[in-house]
Amino acid sequence: MSIEARNITKTFGDFKALDGVTLEVPTGELVALLGPSGSGKTTLLRVIAGLEFPESGEIFFHGENATDRSARERRIGFVFQHYALFRHMTVFENVAFGLRVRPRQLRPDERTIRKKVGNLLKLVQVDFLADHLPSQLSGGQRQRIALARALAVEPQILLLDEPFGALDARVRQELRRWLRRLHDEIHVTSVFVTHDQEEALEVADRVVVMNEGRIEQFGTPDQVYNHPATPFVYHFLGNVNLFHSRVHAGRVHIGEIEIEAPEHLGTHDAPALAYVRPHDIELDRVRDGAMIEAVVRDVRAVGSLVRLELDRVDGDEIIEAELTRERYIELDLRAGEHVFVKPRNLRVFLKEA
Amino acid sequence: MAKPAPIQEAATSGTLSFQESDSTLVLRPSGRWSVESGIPSLSEVDRRLGGIRRIAFDTSSLESWDSSLLTFVTKLVELARAQGVDVDRSGLPSGVRRLIDLAEAVPERKDARRKDIDRPLIEDVGVATIKTVEETRSTLAFLGELVLAFGRFFTFRARYRAADLWLFVQEAGAKALPIVTLISFLSGVILSFVGAVQLRMFGGQIYVADLVAIGMTREMGALMTAVIMAGRTGAAFAAQLGTMKVTQEIDAFKAMGFEPMDFLVLPRVIALTAMMPLLTLYANLVGMLGGALIGIGMLDITPAAYYVETTKAITVTYVLLGLFKSLVYGAIIAFFGCLRGMTCGNSASAVGDATTSAVVSSIVVCVVANGIMAVLSYVLNI
Repeated sequence: MSIEARNITKTFGDFKALDGVTLEVPTGELVALLGPSGSGKTTLLRVIAGLEFPESGEIFFHGENATDRSARERRIGFVFQHYALFRHMTVFENVAFGLRVRPRQLRPDERTIRKKVGNLLKLVQVDFLADHLPSQLSGGQRQRIALARALAVEPQILLLDEPFGALDARVRQELRRWLRRLHDEIHVTSVFVTHDQEEALEVADRVVVMNEGRIEQFGTPDQVYNHPATPFVYHFLGNVNLFHSRVHAGRVHIGEIEIEAPEHLGTHDAPALAYVRPHDIELDRVRDGAMIEAVVRDVRAVGSLVRLELDRVDGDEIIEAELTRERYIELDLRAGEHVFVKPRNLRVFLKEA
Repeated sequence: MAKPAPIQEAATSGTLSFQESDSTLVLRPSGRWSVESGIPSLSEVDRRLGGIRRIAFDTSSLESWDSSLLTFVTKLVELARAQGVDVDRSGLPSGVRRLIDLAEAVPERKDARRKDIDRPLIEDVGVATIKTVEETRSTLAFLGELVLAFGRFFTFRARYRAADLWLFVQEAGAKALPIVTLISFLSGVILSFVGAVQLRMFGGQIYVADLVAIGMTREMGALMTAVIMAGRTGAAFAAQLGTMKVTQEIDAFKAMGFEPMDFLVLPRVIALTAMMPLLTLYANLVGMLGGALIGIGMLDITPAAYYVETTKAITVTYVLLGLFKSLVYGAIIAFFGCLRGMTCGNSASAVGDATTSAVVSSIVVCVVANGIMAVLSYVLNI
């Protein structure tokens, strides 16, 4: 079932949580809402769920207007950050709850419930915990059960609010791969909220990057990471170097060097910011054409990549660079030595007046 | 055409002097700047800003600095920005510069700053009024939703679990008996003592039985039970629902298609409202026993005389009036307990606030309701 949000606005007091958000989630996809805290991602999820009602704008499920439907009528499954399991019920009862309390005509019989709950607990790989109380379980187990509970009512849409936010890093990584596999198995249209860019890029089919109640970019992980639409997305997804520069007639001037920027052909002598990822910083010991001179300030050689911090000689900006281990050994750089820098794949945004 | 004008601001060690030349104001922090010795106020700078276009720093005589200098410079930058004056930071120590750059790079977290307490009176009044209006509105909305839930209940469309209802009946009924026994027994004893001191002067000790019987049935039985239940059950309701709100269990119910009003609030309100008259009836009886103990044990009234006097004093009307009051109190306590729980904030401390506020509002409203009912019963001659 597809989800469509049109021009949603929601405020809390003076705070504008959502500011004209329009979004379309295609059927069967796993979409991540990514953004810093206060960017409106959880509010958007709650509006989709029907737990929060927008001041203006509309929600469509499968092309039908669902704006005024209550959470019950929307047939969604919702997984909360802090699990929100019913504390006084066993794991089995928690999962069975949604089925047990259906009106009598729609309620499955006890045998069907047992079978269904058993299958769901197997699906989330915690069937051996059926008789435990939530307080006896670890965070990861609780979150799996919360997911099973959400799936028990056969939702057409699965919504997850920072599902792994309260878990430690290892469990998180394991669970998010598992969520991806689970989604490939059941193919329910799913939306999950996260502030962890790695999580969003690794798990989701598409990523919605949000900031201050607006959508900055909506695209595949590759699109948002490699072709960020706005400076914010650049900053938010991974490390980035900033070069203060000037753009004139399709060329960027950074210090002494000059690089083509065909998208700004019509611009005349305007201040701009050029964004370059650390792995797009090319280093060399000898000057080869126009390059920026810098001094190595710090070298961190942990993992497969070597991170360097460089001080620009012609200004007080710091450049961060990532080299492969091979290239690092080849260059054999030490702190205090001079290097020459050439940025590639840079993206230029004009400075707003 | 420099005209030096050294001004001592912070007395102990860190000092600040000024030098104006053309349209530039040079600030010279010197000595040791530390938080302990205080941060110079900006008023002096503000006073000198007339005709100044640029602020620069000269830190050649600065010996050491800590966050006091940072705070000062940050405030100064704000002030300068507001007045349209440029700040040239190149004269600052590089450490200060870097820290300030860092502070400006990361946006300030909302809500982290303590709210300004100094507000003009009129703003206080306005804020309080808006808050009251909002609170009244949410209370009325809750009342409306509760009425709708009762509508569904009586037409058998409400979805709740009978097991929950029985649990609350037990919680608000049988389990409250010990404490109700204690308090109402003591109420009877106290009434009896208060009466005895006065009535003995007229040789009318026997009327202690009337006083206790009427006092308990009309007023004290219901009111004391209400106070106990507000502290015990009303607070528990607020805490339970508040915790469920904080752990998002209430949202989970909604997301699974449950009306929390039907599922969580309705059984609680019904259980408490139904149990209150029963508890009150019991409290009346225990209170009269307490009164009798004093009357018979200390005032030399014979048990038979006390019994006869008591039966003469009580009328069905009094008992019914007391029971009616208890019904009202029960509804009030359950209402405020659930209201405060359901409208609880989203932090752990909010649960505590909700609980306190549930007890306070339900007792206050119960007493107010009692006042109204006292006037009504006087007017109606009951």
